Amino acid sequence: MAKIIEYFSIATSNIGKRKLRSWLTMIGIFIGIAAVVGLISLGQGLEKAIETEFQKLGSDKIIVTPAGNVYNSIPDEDTPGKLKEDDEKVINRVRGVKTVALTNFKVSEIKWGKEDIGFYFVSGNPTKNDESSLTQEVYAVTIIEGRYLKPDDKFKAVVGHDYATSTAFKKNLHPGSTIIINNQEFEVVGVKDKLGNEGDDRTVIIPRDTYFELFDTKEYPDTIIVQVNKEFTPDDVAESIKKELRKERNQKEGQEDFAVKTLQEYLTSFLTILNIVQTVLVGIAAISLLVGAIGIMNTMYTTVLERRKEIGIMKAIGARNSDILFLFMIESGFLGLVGGVIGVLLGLGFSNLVASIGRQILGTKLLMATSPWYLIVGALAFAFIIGMLSGVLPAKQAASLKPVETLRYE
Amino acid sequence: MPETIIELNNVWKTYYMGNNEVHALQGISLKVKKGEFVAIMGPSGSGKSTAMNMIGCLDVPSKGEVYLSGKDIMNMSESNLAQVRGRKIGFIFQKFNLINTLTAKENVILPMILQDMTKQERELKAYEILKLVDLTDRMNHRPNELSGGQQQRVAIARSMAMNPEVILADEPTGNLDSKSGSTVISFLKKLHKEKGTTIVMVTHDEHIAHNAERIEYIKDGKIEKVKHNK
Ligand SMILES: Nc1ncnc2c1ncn2[C@@H]1O[C@H](COP(=O)(O)OP(=O)(O)OP(=O)(O)O)[C@@H](O)[C@H]1O
Ligand SMILES: [Mg+2]
Repeated sequence: MAKIIEYFSIATSNIGKRKLRSWLTMIGIFIGIAAVVGLISLGQGLEKAIETEFQKLGSDKIIVTPAGNVYNSIPDEDTPGKLKEDDEKVINRVRGVKTVALTNFKVSEIKWGKEDIGFYFVSGNPTKNDESSLTQEVYAVTIIEGRYLKPDDKFKAVVGHDYATSTAFKKNLHPGSTIIINNQEFEVVGVKDKLGNEGDDRTVIIPRDTYFELFDTKEYPDTIIVQVNKEFTPDDVAESIKKELRKERNQKEGQEDFAVKTLQEYLTSFLTILNIVQTVLVGIAAISLLVGAIGIMNTMYTTVLERRKEIGIMKAIGARNSDILFLFMIESGFLGLVGGVIGVLLGLGFSNLVASIGRQILGTKLLMATSPWYLIVGALAFAFIIGMLSGVLPAKQAASLKPVETLRYE
Repeated sequence: MPETIIELNNVWKTYYMGNNEVHALQGISLKVKKGEFVAIMGPSGSGKSTAMNMIGCLDVPSKGEVYLSGKDIMNMSESNLAQVRGRKIGFIFQKFNLINTLTAKENVILPMILQDMTKQERELKAYEILKLVDLTDRMNHRPNELSGGQQQRVAIARSMAMNPEVILADEPTGNLDSKSGSTVISFLKKLHKEKGTTIVMVTHDEHIAHNAERIEYIKDGKIEKVKHNK
């Protein structure tokens, strides 16, 4: 089919002379393609940013939580399972476990000025050296003022970024300030860097021993963080931990009151959710492609009417029905392709704009719109195919025209 | 004895317009031999164009047979007929029927594209025939930038693109002044004489018809009489 190329050049010479109308009907295609390309670029960029962020936390970590509990959520009375203080010993016995750190958190009244009073998260973190650094890694703690908690600290606190900067508070806290948690005075020793969500940025971290003293309970740990020895795979270690904890509790597989997950698994399940959201959004965007397809079909029908005579001439000089069919389908595909090119450009612009706005709002440098070559090529091919499919019916009509009749009427 | 290239045998063509039947052809029989120059004359509405459409395989008869080089066109598929039109027959119309978005040269090249000629061959051939009809200086103009006579010369060039055995010209001078008309006729005569191309031409002008070797007179969709010139 060497004629394809020839037809294509004829088709383009016809499109060059298209009326405003044809360009308008392309709007549907290019808005659709722009939305699809834009959303996918953003989604991929977001995925990459999340993956990079997780990589920073390290893939050698395992999180143990009560069952039915999502990572970092609040345990309450309905929580089906509870972790035990003893679990630490059990986990420590598992081969491949390097460090185990236990943390607790709850909402408490916090006061630091006449008008500054409210209920925020208080987190009890370990202060022993390696447990402390493991906790800091997993909770992404970076100190920007002062220092983090030391092993023999008591009634000392590290506060979230908002306490030091937020204009929502009358008085801001810095190292040396005093803060009252549950009617007990604490000295602020450090300020955490911004994480971008209010929950984290308003959390106050205190030593875990002080936490128990303060709330006067011997609570069960809410989260157990495990670091895996380099020579072991986190998945295997997580499996062994599960087995040991089951044995300890006399529970059958599938009926555990605890959950063991590697950070990688958290990442995977998070990305799955992100993918579902993305698919739904792209699906919605695709509706405008349908509108675009109908627009192209309409234009092609009009074109066939307008060019009846040309079709008759072409048939008289030897064009077969299949040639005419092909010519009109290529032309229609080309309409789609032109719409696709405009759409891809718009989509790239849109996603980069949104990403840069996102970077400013979230204060992260990680979020970049990601548009791999196969997304662009795929979008263009898709636009061409949509155009071509929209042209099938009009092209069939063109091909079935009788030369005598088209040549008779002027 | 040269072979018969076109034969209409008792051909009828009926058009239906609502409840009305129009019998455009009513049992016409006609033979054209290879290398002949035949003129067809007759009053308006007598069926000349309809007959030409049958000869050119642009339409099929309601009744009767049309043979092209001995083959019944009723037995040929659509794509076969298109092939025959493209390779064996060249058309020249009263209204030129060029494609307005293409230049003169592109119009001439189009039949060659449809027959899968290579680009190199096409360019050479197009130049050669445009030179023959004396239009090389106008080959990159579009039809609306050309005079009627020039457009008809482009149409002649296009009809020659595939070296057809037959050229069918339906009132080729009908839209031209007498000077451009006689130029067009002189090109047709040259083609006939130098290349031996068979020519069938419809005309209303007795004078022009006398360039042909034979004149077939049509009336009411039938051959009324035949006149041999010379
Ligand atoms: N597609 C058609 N539908 C209906 N009637 C038609 C059609 N084509 C031709 N006719 C009729 O058939 C008859 C013959 O028409 P045709 O065009 O062959 O005449 P003609 O001899 O070429 O006339 P002219 O010299 O005016 O060109 C006319 O009565 C015409 O109205
Ligand atoms: Mg006529």
